Amino acid sequence: MSNVGIVIVSHSPLVAEGTADMVRQMVGDEVPLAWCGGNGHGGLGTSVEAIMGAIDKAWSEAGVAILVDLGGAETNSEMAVEMIGEPRAHRIVVCNAPIVEGAVMAATESSGGASLKEVVATAHELSPS
Amino acid sequence: MAASDFSRLIAAAADTIAAHADELTALDQAIGDGDHGLNMKRGFEAVRAEKDAFAAKSLPDALKAVGTKLVMTVGGASGPLFGTLFMALGKELSPAPDRAALTAALGKAIAAVSARGKSQPGQKTMLDVLQPVYEALAQGKTASEIADAADHAADATVPMKALRGRASFLGERSIGHMDAGARSTALLVRAVAETVEGF
Repeated sequence: MSNVGIVIVSHSPLVAEGTADMVRQMVGDEVPLAWCGGNGHGGLGTSVEAIMGAIDKAWSEAGVAILVDLGGAETNSEMAVEMIGEPRAHRIVVCNAPIVEGAVMAATESSGGASLKEVVATAHELSPS
Repeated sequence: MAASDFSRLIAAAADTIAAHADELTALDQAIGDGDHGLNMKRGFEAVRAEKDAFAAKSLPDALKAVGTKLVMTVGGASGPLFGTLFMALGKELSPAPDRAALTAALGKAIAAVSARGKSQPGQKTMLDVLQPVYEALAQGKTASEIADAADHAADATVPMKALRGRASFLGERSIGHMDAGARSTALLVRAVAETVEGF
């Protein structure tokens, strides 16, 4: 059974890459991991095309959990999932969790072989309800 | 719809966005992140570049292609929001819709945009223009009356407090500025209305 993939989507490539660094150092290499950030034109923002690429890169048969920062990152991630379509879309979840803590906790859960549902639930526990 | 008509619609939409790009950016600088004009212009120029290929498709497929291109090129949250509008219209419309079918499809496309943005009319967004346009279309208004309704609706976002998007971070300070997405939606509605009148 493969580990759930983690995708980090920030408006800032520096935040996304830094968050991915933390995941690698704290959790290790067995979790498929990809990040993207920036609008593709050198500015802050997120790009649907880049998010689709990151999902491909972190793809796992066990599914992919996406961690986002601000609203536009969530909207663009949901759009990317819709454009990827079935049969993969139902195995991709955009998490409602703080991006750094969410990514580290989700990756930790994934590294232990947890299911997508368990990984997402762990990330969601970090979110104030 | 003839391919040449669809080409003219794309050209009219791209023209109005290009002509008002600086104004849209200024509106967005007041209460957003200041990239709306440039982003929309980039997206609609990308659509314009492929207008003949898009126009050769059936109306539903052409609208879906426009939507997908906007998603991929506009950037920001506007790409998925405007892209969803066109993609949903393409999904709902038949190749030769009558006015009733167009009205019904617009209603469903507005619901899709609302779901994508997790927003409702009254929150100072493009929905505040789309909803009155839908109502005017349903009431049998003429193309120029629909364009006027869109302009009035965009003006009516000035006193609203933003509840969604970047402008919502400003809270009360968003009051007194027109929403850039509402303005670009009204521009597109007028471009379509004036082009259709000439068919």
